[in-house]
Amino acid sequence: MSQDSVLERMREAFPSAAERAVRDRGQLSIDLDPGELRDVAAFLREDPACAFQMLSSVSGVDYPDRERRLCVVYQLHSLEHNHRLRLRVSVSVEDPHVPSLTDLWPTADWHEREVYDFFGVIFDGHPNLERILMPDDWVGHPHRKDYPLGGVDVKFTEVSVPPADVRGANA
Amino acid sequence: MGGVRLPAGRSEATDGAASAGTRAGVGSPGTQGGIDHVTEGVMTVNMGPQHPATHGVLRLVVGLRGEEVVSCKPVVGYLHTGIEKTAEYRNWVQGVTLVTRMDYLAPLFHELGYSLAVEKLLGIEAPPRAQVIRVMMTELNRIASHLVWLASTALDLGALSMMLYGFREREAILAIFEAVTGLRMNHAYIRPGGVAGDVDDETLERVLDFVDLMPAKLAEYEDLLTTNPIWIERTRGVAVLPADQAIALGVTGPMLRAAGVAFDVRRTDPYCGIEGYEFDIPTFEGADVYDRYRVRVAEIRESLKIVDQTVDRLEDGPFMIEDPKLAWPTHLSVAPDGLGNSPQYVRHIMGESMEALIHHFKMVTEGFKVPAGEVYVPVESPRGELGYHVVSDGGARPYRVHSREPSFVNLQATETMAKGGLVADLVAAVASIDPIMGGVDR
Amino acid sequence: MGLETRLPSGILLTTVSKLVNWARTGSLWPATFGLACCAIEMMATGAAHNDLSRFGMEIFRASPRQADLMIVAGRVSQKMAPVLRTIYDQMAEPKWVISMGVCATSGGMFNNYAVVQGVDQIVPVDIYVPGCPPRPEMLMDGILKLHEKIRRSPLPT
Repeated sequence: MSQDSVLERMREAFPSAAERAVRDRGQLSIDLDPGELRDVAAFLREDPACAFQMLSSVSGVDYPDRERRLCVVYQLHSLEHNHRLRLRVSVSVEDPHVPSLTDLWPTADWHEREVYDFFGVIFDGHPNLERILMPDDWVGHPHRKDYPLGGVDVKFTEVSVPPADVRGANA
Repeated sequence: MGGVRLPAGRSEATDGAASAGTRAGVGSPGTQGGIDHVTEGVMTVNMGPQHPATHGVLRLVVGLRGEEVVSCKPVVGYLHTGIEKTAEYRNWVQGVTLVTRMDYLAPLFHELGYSLAVEKLLGIEAPPRAQVIRVMMTELNRIASHLVWLASTALDLGALSMMLYGFREREAILAIFEAVTGLRMNHAYIRPGGVAGDVDDETLERVLDFVDLMPAKLAEYEDLLTTNPIWIERTRGVAVLPADQAIALGVTGPMLRAAGVAFDVRRTDPYCGIEGYEFDIPTFEGADVYDRYRVRVAEIRESLKIVDQTVDRLEDGPFMIEDPKLAWPTHLSVAPDGLGNSPQYVRHIMGESMEALIHHFKMVTEGFKVPAGEVYVPVESPRGELGYHVVSDGGARPYRVHSREPSFVNLQATETMAKGGLVADLVAAVASIDPIMGGVDR
Repeated sequence: MGLETRLPSGILLTTVSKLVNWARTGSLWPATFGLACCAIEMMATGAAHNDLSRFGMEIFRASPRQADLMIVAGRVSQKMAPVLRTIYDQMAEPKWVISMGVCATSGGMFNNYAVVQGVDQIVPVDIYVPGCPPRPEMLMDGILKLHEKIRRSPLPT
């Protein structure tokens, strides 16, 4: 299967990164350090057996229990071989720097701006790292787990129900 | 499953990718805020966010030298709703009602992508009847979405009658949706485990009537537009985005197919048994607005073929998975008092089985739990590859839901396509992307 | 408002006010302010099947200066709120606002940081049309109720 050939090439080129590959529910993910990201990404794009010409998506996940809580997830797709791969890079809030991939895949531009907007990850080398969906003067990074959901209390006749993140099981 | 044949010169494509991006001004260095402050004579004009021709609340900051577009920076976020964060505070089924409102012209695709991702995490598959119904409903949705695209693009370019024709046929589809799901839009119909309600024979009759009706109407639209010299003047050679630049910018869907790349998620990552249906992937070579129009019209025809095949394939069976931990039984019927409780089911949970009562109670109060993990599931929405990146921590609520909405990615190509053209071509370029701002901003 | 100040009060003014109000309801041009899903239903209301042209309203004026009615159709995000107010201020008197759908009325299902919880926090609203999204018939009912409201409204003296 072509996922195996990707793993094989990764083992040859980046053996330590390939150790951290995980296959779950038929999908292959590799956890990388921020320092390895650019080399691995460039290799995955150029290597003929991998040929990941398309970067489908860059998204962020916040795991507040971990020391490196901000995780940036890259979904790569090869049109030629029809295989997909997931790369994960984790950084901490104190040092949230990840190299930008906009020169390899220009599509990363807006995706990285979105991750910056909502999680506060700073992409070094990004041509225009500004907020994209929130207003420019917004303070805070809304998709982090410690950012409140916001909203107002809903007032009924006898009772006032607070927003979802402070009521019931979440309170 | 094989890959996709790329246009000749693939090695240039990957090298061209990076330089195409920078050459085209996407994030070119030395810009302030992404706007090229070029030489004098450039007037910066703001289009939107309230504008009749920007397809929703899109703001374009356009640098003009006379009528020629020198730079064009899209500003988005005017419809940001915080859906992804809100989904973290709702249970897994309620997430369907939230994601369906992202792309409001193709809501069933979002529901499908999300449900497929949750089902992948759960490790289950929807029953066969549900899969066929899903294909039927989503392909009808594709036709409805393309009709609105035709209507609004033609409106932007001046062909006002097409606006009325497009919405007229769409009403027929919305009537079918209303009969099946109860709503004309934002249905919350496709849920993890299957679909929320059944399709009866009368509805199937209506679907078949619609399939019979459409080809004549499509011929009407093509009569109006395809050989119309004004339409051709406005769209041929306008907003060209060649395949290598498109791939570099992550563009998928009709825009990529109009550039000659036959990439369709229904072929590369098939879902709901769609590989068993006979349909073509229309591609053209021109990569301009005219070919994107032709791609979409051809896709309507292909979707009609698929819908026709689904009606034949429908077999009896449950429309929701029969696992008491995940969903209510599908034989619940509406009682004479109009309420939807089957007395047998009530008797079963209240009198016969304690376990069934516990399952029912847990499903009502908490919802089902999904094992921990992370998946990315793509589906082919009318705008391109719609991907759902869903993370679960083992609980009854999603830990993270991110939707890779094709409009968000495709809109990045605006500057590349519009640079060097006229303002009117910019309008055609934005229209041909088919952006839905609800999906862009989420 | 120039018209009302130049007229004599009394019985004549009642007749004139009826006439003026009737004229105002006859061609109440909406401004294009479709934001989200409700915008599509608003477009469907203007389209052939549910024809708004019967009420003289099929032309949605893009320029707020030429519009009388602002139908806020869809969820108003924090970024859009100042724009909404600007457009409202740019409309000339007399002007009315219909808040279409639950998101515009009260924030809808999105009780969070990103959505303004009810457009009446920003502009004064005349008619609230509930629904997610409201059917075209419901929007038309709201518009007709607005017509009744306009007909009932006295001209200020």
